[in-house]
Amino acid sequence: MSNKEWPLWEVFIRSKQGLNHKHVGSLRAADAEMAVSNARDVYTRRSEGVSIWVVESSHVHASHPTDADALFEPAHSKVYRHPTFYDVPEGIEHM
Amino acid sequence: MKELDINELERRFQEKIDKDIKIEPNDWMPDNYRQTLIRQISQHAHSEIVGMLPEGNWITRAPNLRRKAVLLAKVQDEAGHGLYLYSATETLGADREDTIDDLHSGKAKYSSIFNYPTLSWADMGAIGWLVDGAAIMNQVPLCRCSYGPYARAMVRVCKEESFHQRQGYEIMTTLANGTPEQKAMAQDALNRFWWPALMMFGPSDKDSKHTAQSMAWKIKRQTNDELRQQMVDITVPQAELIGLTVPDPDLKWNEERGHYDFGEINWDEFWNVVKGNGPCNKERVEARRKAKENGAWVREAANAYAAKQKMKKAS
Amino acid sequence: MDNALFEYLVRLGDDSLILGHRLSEWCGHGPILEEDIAMTNIALDLVGQTTSILKYAGEVEGKGRTEDDLAFLRYEREYRNTLLVEQPNGDFGVTMMRQFLFDAFRKPLFEQLVNSSDAQIAAIAAKSLKETKYHFKHSAEWVIRLGDGTEESHERVQNALNDLWRYTDEMFFTDEVDRDLESRGITFSMEDLKNTWQETVKSVLDQATLEIPTNGWQHDGGRKGLHSEHLGYILAELQYMQRAYPGMEW
Repeated sequence: MSNKEWPLWEVFIRSKQGLNHKHVGSLRAADAEMAVSNARDVYTRRSEGVSIWVVESSHVHASHPTDADALFEPAHSKVYRHPTFYDVPEGIEHM
Repeated sequence: MKELDINELERRFQEKIDKDIKIEPNDWMPDNYRQTLIRQISQHAHSEIVGMLPEGNWITRAPNLRRKAVLLAKVQDEAGHGLYLYSATETLGADREDTIDDLHSGKAKYSSIFNYPTLSWADMGAIGWLVDGAAIMNQVPLCRCSYGPYARAMVRVCKEESFHQRQGYEIMTTLANGTPEQKAMAQDALNRFWWPALMMFGPSDKDSKHTAQSMAWKIKRQTNDELRQQMVDITVPQAELIGLTVPDPDLKWNEERGHYDFGEINWDEFWNVVKGNGPCNKERVEARRKAKENGAWVREAANAYAAKQKMKKAS
Repeated sequence: MDNALFEYLVRLGDDSLILGHRLSEWCGHGPILEEDIAMTNIALDLVGQTTSILKYAGEVEGKGRTEDDLAFLRYEREYRNTLLVEQPNGDFGVTMMRQFLFDAFRKPLFEQLVNSSDAQIAAIAAKSLKETKYHFKHSAEWVIRLGDGTEESHERVQNALNDLWRYTDEMFFTDEVDRDLESRGITFSMEDLKNTWQETVKSVLDQATLEIPTNGWQHDGGRKGLHSEHLGYILAELQYMQRAYPGMEW
């Protein structure tokens, strides 16, 4: 058990208050505490962040690329979800 | 979902590449593309990590506190860059530890430049200016590489490296404007690092076995010789500006081509260093191997502690 | 010139200088890449502290010496760091234990000094405290991990503690310099500092399942310029360029 590589963690950084955490890369760490510290040293050396999330990579579940057609294409035809779909008279404001 | 035959998958893959659509980790990709990327990215990562050693060699001897801090920060960045790149290879299914073992066994290569010794403080200048200069030239086009995680890592690396070359040139400028001893030290460093820096772009196009396929896959965006020419054209005036002489008697501006003509690279030396016969090959790999070996008990202890904590939480 | 203040600043600055030097020796050789980066970060903080503390020391001295003159051009007997920080890196366990024993002292020290009546010291302490809090967290976590990790790591880090313990008392060395500064509100009680240090160290070592050595003998000398044999070699490297090429700009 103990003689193996440290688990891989995905790192997410909030670059400033008001913005989402964004995936920036990964690193190795033995536990969550260490993963946060390592993320601080590896990914925020130039003041890139104000907050860090780490998630063990094995806990990330992803959609499969081959399902992309079925998952994402049906939304393409539903243009009525976008405001530009609708005609409004010239000169109208605040809409 | 119906099974697509391999030809169709490859056709679609190449179509994406041609349209400049990035390939992401879980996307289908030809096995060769994957292997080429793993080879190239891990080589790149190893170069960063081995590259820490020749400069690390001077941290404790840096001539003042400012230079010491800068050098420390630079070598630290290289560790960071190695890490970003190993992360990119992990997205291709190559474990970092296996990748590193390939370096230690001699199976994987790294940039031959790091097998040259750093003999004086001026070498810190020459490395920043020439070696990082060449690296940046190599890397900027890679920010547009077809593989998403590699391209993103390169964007980060290039952004961070912009100070590396400047600090090197600053060291060279200070030395070139200093006492005769300092100027001689700078010239000597340029003499030793000029040719190895040009070799960093790899074998000549006619001898490069990977170039054509890598260009088609947009893993590589410019040929070795194109980049090398660019390096010479940009660097020669920088040397002249601070009064240093590029050690190449054949160097001459070619009005017609709009480029410098330069002398033939000693390819024997290049291949010899690649094969492991450079002045420091043995020492570099040995240092990395030792770091891993000496750290084994530390990594093991951290695992054991994490496991105990997990158990405690569960109970 | 304020002799006591100068002396105090040199003691403070030399601890950062020499420990930063030791940590920077790890650069490129850490047990894993992530830790290499972490140790370099700490070394960088220490070089930064050295710069601001010795710069101020030079100003207090008023003889035109810069931070670099002080860092690179004194003789061995003029360095005032504790013996602890000049001890060799050993394995990672020794390095982390040395760091932990030092951080557990430095953190409350800077917590005191942010209230110094000397504005410069207060400002330096405020910046350094933020850095040192992180150093302490890092080294304490490692001491706990290694102490409560495997049998081998426990033994290694217990040995490190046994070897380094005899240099810990010196961090609380007190003489007329300290008494003078304390009377002016520039520094504060070493007694309080030592109590805080003892509590912290005990609590972390308990978590790490490590035992405080019973051998009470303690060395000193560093604060008076009497060092171990190790410092000479550190200075040989540190001062190499300045000694070999005197008086040049770099």
